[in-house]
Formats: sequence, structure tokens, C-alpha cells
Amino acid sequence: MGVRKIYLDNNATTPCDPRVVETMVPYFFEHHGNAASRNHPFGWEAEEAVDYAREQIAKLINADEKEIIFTSGATESDNLAIKGVYEMYSRKGNHIITVKTEHKAVLDTCNKLEKHGAEITYLDVQADGLINLAELETAIKPNTIMVAVMWANNETGVIQPMKEIGQICEKHGVLFFSDATQAVGKIKTHPRDVGVHLMAFSAHKMYGPKGVGALYVSRKNPRVKVTAQLDGGGHERGMRSGTLNVPGIVGFGKAAEIAMQEMDQDAARLSALRDKLEQAFLHEMEEVYVNGNVAHRMPHVANISFKHVEGEGLMMTFNQEIALSSGSACTSASLEPSYVLVALGLGDDLAHSSLRFSLGRFTKEEDVNYAIEAIKKGVNHMRDISPIWEMYKEGVDLTKIEWAAH
Amino acid sequence: MAYSNKVIDHFQNPRNVGTLDKASKSVGTGLVGAPECGDVMRLQIEVDDATGVIRDAKFKTFGCGSAIASSSLATEWLKGKSVDDALKIDNMDIVEELALPPVKIHCSVLAEDAIKAAITDYKKKNGVEVADEATVA
Repeated sequence: MGVRKIYLDNNATTPCDPRVVETMVPYFFEHHGNAASRNHPFGWEAEEAVDYAREQIAKLINADEKEIIFTSGATESDNLAIKGVYEMYSRKGNHIITVKTEHKAVLDTCNKLEKHGAEITYLDVQADGLINLAELETAIKPNTIMVAVMWANNETGVIQPMKEIGQICEKHGVLFFSDATQAVGKIKTHPRDVGVHLMAFSAHKMYGPKGVGALYVSRKNPRVKVTAQLDGGGHERGMRSGTLNVPGIVGFGKAAEIAMQEMDQDAARLSALRDKLEQAFLHEMEEVYVNGNVAHRMPHVANISFKHVEGEGLMMTFNQEIALSSGSACTSASLEPSYVLVALGLGDDLAHSSLRFSLGRFTKEEDVNYAIEAIKKGVNHMRDISPIWEMYKEGVDLTKIEWAAH
Repeated sequence: MAYSNKVIDHFQNPRNVGTLDKASKSVGTGLVGAPECGDVMRLQIEVDDATGVIRDAKFKTFGCGSAIASSSLATEWLKGKSVDDALKIDNMDIVEELALPPVKIHCSVLAEDAIKAAITDYKKKNGVEVADEATVA
């Protein structure tokens, strides 16, 4: 009997659906052609496969297939969108508005541009993780070229008010870019419906393969252009050079097709399991807190703090069997916990005490049942050996203690 | 990051978890770290007043696996040592014994701080002069 292994870290990456793998296999050997080889059947087959995948992906997001630019993943898509727009629209302005809880691929790209003369506004979020729309609107200036707000947050699952943000961008004539990596394939993400002009996403977060992603770039009303960040053969309508990852793209297409068919049933099943997990902790344990807005949240995600227990230590009680993430950053040299949770105004102590549960298509109810018991046991054990839990139980006000910060 | 077997052993079977009577004159308590930093260690020693030997040691720790292992190991090492010898425990001894990676060295530093803080507390209670460097920042 092997060790039980339960995977509740689907926001980090999802397993590649076996149906996706099966579709990809012929494109490694049998149909190995380069999609840019225009003069022989190997190239034609590859091109045809890529075109088909592009259609499947376009359908999922209700876009035109010409609006899909293939990349190596969401990080590259984020870079291409932000740097590409910054360069292309430099005559219009140099100001970009983004949010403190964005993924590092957005934040670090913005930081880099700041060094090259960009002006970046990093919006705060409210305690529930949502941005304040009035603050966004106030931040827009004549030199603003783009607003970059992620569709759903990777740590908390909180979904931003996309439609309202889109309306504000429309009103002020600025581009709206969204990193939708955590949302595409899980919930409805139709950029045109909400006024998103550029949208980054990735195959491996939606049961496709790693190493392939896409950037949606609106082709009309408005026609958006980005300056290429990779120079070369002029693939992808000149926006992204580089030989296409044909098997990856084929898999991405299949993953999109499956997502389109199964998204609703997956979401309903997973939100029920997620709620069961969350309620078990909230009802059966003390000092448990859910982080982020629970009404505007991805169906498969829960971010929960177990007060007076350190997340990484807690994970060690069950990490041979259960995989998930913590907002504690005990491994980082800075000792800083999750910047996303800190931006929500959580104290560092609660951020250190957080676990992120992200369920997925292959999560079974028995996995969740097992995880509930294992994690409860782990929390109780860690509280038994936690001095601050003991102090809390004795009625000591922990905020009044002069801690020796180190 | 993978933990060493020794860290895992101390984590899974922590030695000397518990609480000593902090009001007792023969008990010294060291509480170091901060919840915001993700590490709080409380280390207690009970000293035989006649011999100056540490009879018992207990800990409770809020922190990662390495922090728990470092404090667990510290209590093992403290028991049976004289107070003076206990002061000689260096954080690098803990790093070596537990094979802590560089990012976890602060856990061992915290354990050393906790030892020194507990001894300082014991000495203060018993009217022994305390050198400045023994107090924990």
C-alpha cells in the first residue's frame, strides 16, 4: 500500500488531462512538422493542427481565432502585453495602472518598465481583496495608456469586478489588460463581454500541458497592437516570433474544448467540495479565518488562516500525503509572508498562518474528506506545541506583548 | 524544499514539548521571535539550585519544521548541562546537527537566543549578575 497522495494545489498547476495527452502524442513524431513550413505536407499538417487549436481556444473565450497569439505561457503573455503596449503606445502616454495583488509576472514587469521611464500606479485592494472602482477611476490621467487587473487572484481566488473596470477603461479611452490565468477554463471569461482588450492565460492551469500559453489581443473596436518582445521569423502576425510548440498548442486546444464542455459541472461540483472543506474548519475549530471575498471567488479555491499555527510547519504534518500551498514564506530570506494577503490588510501573523486550497477536476470527495481530518489533526497538533496558542488560551492579549522581532 | 531526516525526526517526535512553572524560582523562561515573523520560541529550563545543572528543559514553538526541530534539539542538549556550559551552545552547532540549509539558519539563531534568554531569566530571578550580551535583542 503506497502513501496516499492528494493534490489540492491546482492553482500552482493542474494535471494534464489524459484526453489532452492523447491528442498531443501524434504531434511529437508522426506529425512533427514545423507549422511555418509552407512547402510540404509535414508543415501543412502542423499548421492545420495549430489552426484547429486556435479555433478551440478562441471559442472558449468567445473571440476570433486571429485574436489568439501563442506564447510559452502566462508569464510571457503578461510581459508581451505590458511591455508590448508600453512600447506601441509610448506616444500616447507612459502611465500604467495595476494592483498590488497582481502576479509577480505583472508586478515585476511593471517594475522593470518603471526603470525605463514608465509611471506605474499600484492600487491598493480592500480587505476582501477587491479593488475600489472609484480609486481606479481617480487614478486615470491623460497619460494613462493601460489598466492591468487580473481576472481572479491566484492566492485567494477573488474575482475582480471585470465589467465595471471595463466600463471605466472604455469611458476614459484606456486599454484594459487582464491576467486571466486562474480564471480561463474554470469560469466564463469572454474578454469582449467585459471590455478586456488583452488577456493572458496558460494551458497548464486548465488541464493542458506546461510551456504553452496565449495572449488575446483585440482585433477590432479597438484594434490593439503590441510591439513584439522576441525578434525573429515574424510568427504570430509579427507579435511573437519563434517556432510554434505544436504538440503543446494541440493540447492547449483540446484542454480548451474540454473546459468549454465541462466547466459548469466542474465548477458546481468543486464549489460544493470547497464549501464542505471550508465549513468543516469554520464550524469545528476555533480561530479559523477565510481570506478574501467569499461571494466573488473562484469556485475551487479557499484561502484559510489557522491562527497561532505557522503555515509551513503545519504543512509538514501532512505534506507527505496532501499537497497545497501556504502564505507563509518561511523559506524566503526576507521572512516576508504572502504580499497578496498582506495587501488585504491581514496581519503578518495571519498571513503566516494561511493555507491555500485549490481543488481541481481530479479532486474526489474522499480526498477532501481525508484532507479535512488530516488538516484538523495537524492544526491541533501544531497548536499543542505553539506557545502563542497557549498564551491565547490563557487569555493573554498577544498584541500587548513586546515581541523581539528578528 | 526537502528537510533533512533529523529535522523530520524532531518534527515528528518533538522532544520535551511542554510547559514548566514560570513562577518557580528555579525555572528560567525565554520567549523569543514574533508572530509577525512567523517564528516564536518559548524555551524553559529548570535548574538544580545546588549544582547549577539543568534538570529539565521544555519548549513550545510556533514556526516551521526547522524552528521546531531546532528548539526540540536545544532542549535535548540542555538537559544535564551546567548553566555555564549551556551558554556555550552555538547556533552553528544546531545548523550542523540538523543540516539546516542557509535559508533556515535564522531558526538556529532563534534557538540560541531562546537558550540565552531562558538562562538570563533564571539568573535574574536568582540575583546573579547578567552580562549584557546574554540578553536577547
